[in-house]
Amino acid sequence: MEAFLGNLSLGFGTALTLNNIFFCFIGCMVGTLVGVLPGVGPIATIAMLLPITFGLDPTGALIMLAGIYYGAQYGGSTTAILVNLPGEATSVVTVLDGHQMAKQGRAGVALGIAAIGSFFAGTVATLLIAALGQPLTKLAQLFGPAEYFSLMIMGLVFAVVLARGSILKAICMILAGLLLSTVGTDLETGQERLTLGLQDLSDGIDFAVLAMGIFGFAEIVRNLENPETRDVVQRAVGRLLPGKEDFKQSYKPILRGTFLGAILGILPGNGAVLGPFAAYTLEKKLAKDPSRFGRGAIEGVAGPEAANNAGAQTAFIPLLTLGIPPNAVMALMVGAMTIHGIIPGPQVMTKNPDLFWGMIASMWIGNLMLLVINLPLIGLWIRLLKVPYRMMFPAIMIFCCIGIYSVNNSTSDVLFTAFFGLVGYTLLKFGFEPAPMLLGFVLGKLMEEKLRQALILSRGSFATFVERPVSGVLLAIAVIMLVIALLPSVRKGRDEVFVE
Amino acid sequence: MKRLLVALAASVAFAGVAAAQTYPTKPVTMIVPFAAGGPTDIVARLVSENMSKTLGQQIVVENVAGAGGTTGITRASQAKPDGYTIMMGHMGTHGAAPALYANLKYDPVKDFEPIGMAAGTPILIVTKKDFPAKDLKEFTAYLKANADKVNQAHAGVGAVSHMTCILLNSQIGVKPTAVPYGGTGPALNDLVSGQVDYMCDQIVNLVSQVNAGSIKALAIASVERSPALPNVPTTKEAGLPEYQVAAWNAVFAPKGTPKDVVAKLTAALNSALDDAGTRKRLEDLGGVLPTKDERGGEWLGKFVASEVARWNPVLKAGK
Repeated sequence: MEAFLGNLSLGFGTALTLNNIFFCFIGCMVGTLVGVLPGVGPIATIAMLLPITFGLDPTGALIMLAGIYYGAQYGGSTTAILVNLPGEATSVVTVLDGHQMAKQGRAGVALGIAAIGSFFAGTVATLLIAALGQPLTKLAQLFGPAEYFSLMIMGLVFAVVLARGSILKAICMILAGLLLSTVGTDLETGQERLTLGLQDLSDGIDFAVLAMGIFGFAEIVRNLENPETRDVVQRAVGRLLPGKEDFKQSYKPILRGTFLGAILGILPGNGAVLGPFAAYTLEKKLAKDPSRFGRGAIEGVAGPEAANNAGAQTAFIPLLTLGIPPNAVMALMVGAMTIHGIIPGPQVMTKNPDLFWGMIASMWIGNLMLLVINLPLIGLWIRLLKVPYRMMFPAIMIFCCIGIYSVNNSTSDVLFTAFFGLVGYTLLKFGFEPAPMLLGFVLGKLMEEKLRQALILSRGSFATFVERPVSGVLLAIAVIMLVIALLPSVRKGRDEVFVE
Repeated sequence: MKRLLVALAASVAFAGVAAAQTYPTKPVTMIVPFAAGGPTDIVARLVSENMSKTLGQQIVVENVAGAGGTTGITRASQAKPDGYTIMMGHMGTHGAAPALYANLKYDPVKDFEPIGMAAGTPILIVTKKDFPAKDLKEFTAYLKANADKVNQAHAGVGAVSHMTCILLNSQIGVKPTAVPYGGTGPALNDLVSGQVDYMCDQIVNLVSQVNAGSIKALAIASVERSPALPNVPTTKEAGLPEYQVAAWNAVFAPKGTPKDVVAKLTAALNSALDDAGTRKRLEDLGGVLPTKDERGGEWLGKFVASEVARWNPVLKAGK
């Protein structure tokens, strides 16, 4: 305990110097901004800012870059709630109930609870990293390809539960998502698959391209055909901050979301993506009246938002304690550390304790700053909703295009987004939900990779998934969840949980 | 009128000369065909920072990742050859790509003006920490005896870890099971946790895990030991002298870039390689800088041709 407090005081001593507070603030501000702007993600931003950090002291530079990453998680929920645009895989779920709340004039409440839930989750996750970072690394080590595949199967079951409409349509969409994820170069042979000979598809479809098209562009087209709907959002703005009743409804989901998100965030290979989906599923299952979900249930915002921020923080654990980046942003952080002459790895903690603990302490300070930045901004964001659509839509489109271009510096990605916008509009017209498709897409890539690795390692034996204890347990949970999800629909013929 | 024309012609001619003399008059784009933060990107950023000072114009690094780096190099090779688009090529894009990609849209030897070698990182052979071999000799013997049991990890087709391990396996004369990963991070994760047995990769990616004891280093594929890992023997010392390989990064311009512009860029690159600060940062990462003979475009051109010839049979046989 004494060592722990000593470390924390070293950390706060480092993070609370005027310089580092300043860098933390800049990082959080930039992060919020790129999070709010649709399409512009933390990866492109950190890559662009990397050269600017050359002249800085490494601790300050890394504090700033980390701030951009978790700041973007706060900002991302703003766009998801207000304009139905998930900028990141982790904010797909926030769209479902967050945007519905906005349509009911409860945008302020949704934004408020998202910010407060994120702050709470960030605080808990920071403490968790400080206290248990090292032992928790062992958890990541338990997960080989077979375990990871079984976890993804569990994730697919979440996708079924996500659906608002018919369960059959949801399964179709999940499969479509899985299929889309197989576009690109084959992992093992290097052959191009389903690319139609287009070189731009050789690395597959980018998540931002698909999400912006299916959600953002499609939503804009739909709104254009139906001009009345805008008045609903415009007139009824409602209260700005969550009230007592809202807190009562959301404190438990926030606690549960924090826990789920923090655990999943530690896993290698971007386990953090699963956090919000898992939290949403859990809340929907625990709710007395699950039919409220997808129609503006505050629990459906509180839980996933807490989960995604907790995951964003704990994703630093494998990076800081092992030197192994769990996702693309963390890989970029490795590059940033290397450029500053710090080779990430198990020794960072002992060799550069001020950097290690300073970064952790700065995360808490950053979370506090984000809360302070975001709560007053809510009023401003809501006023943005009053901007007439004829002015707002072109602006959103332009930001989307800039954002998508910046992901890979590629113009064809912008065209692909437009194409997926058409697809998304068609799907909406036929009553298909885009969220299960996106989850299928996100899980598909990892699932295929892990399935093939596990089978190569077991020399083709499927028994490996059941024989390995962790994997077996995960599969069993998936089966039980699926049975629980399907039973009522088998019994009643039609299930109220899934059918509106 | 005539005088005016002469004056005009003279000024046009002068402007032409002046353009070449004053190059660069605007920022230069350096296309890096890999994601920001990777080993090639880091070399590009460190070198271009110093080159910018010499040229008096900023070199802007643009990451165009995809298809093992060939997407970015294809785009760079088709850029206007005016010296304002250059690229950081790599062992994969300018050595292995012709053997790996059937419909490659460029020829590494013919379609570029070589500017010069920037830096290479030697390859390290590593195993999981409880692998039953303490040195390279035992490792080769074990591999030959248990080829069907052993699992080798790599970071995807065309990755440095993929190519260099195919070379190692072909020199030892084994074909173990290769497990593909979507990047160095996940591959390393499974090596640390013992799911796979060994891999080969650039020293910069592995050095901290070796120092922490979470994986074992058997040998480094360079002539001299690396200051970053002074206790790890070279392949020469460890009994596999023919295994000499480094992931190299070199600067190229598109074919047709004016000679004097190429010369200016080569001079700027060389002065970056002479700069003590830049040298130190590259060497701290385990980078090996070209000797005086290995600098410049002429040497690089010959080297690229020899690399294409070297990798072609190895990779085609290893498929």
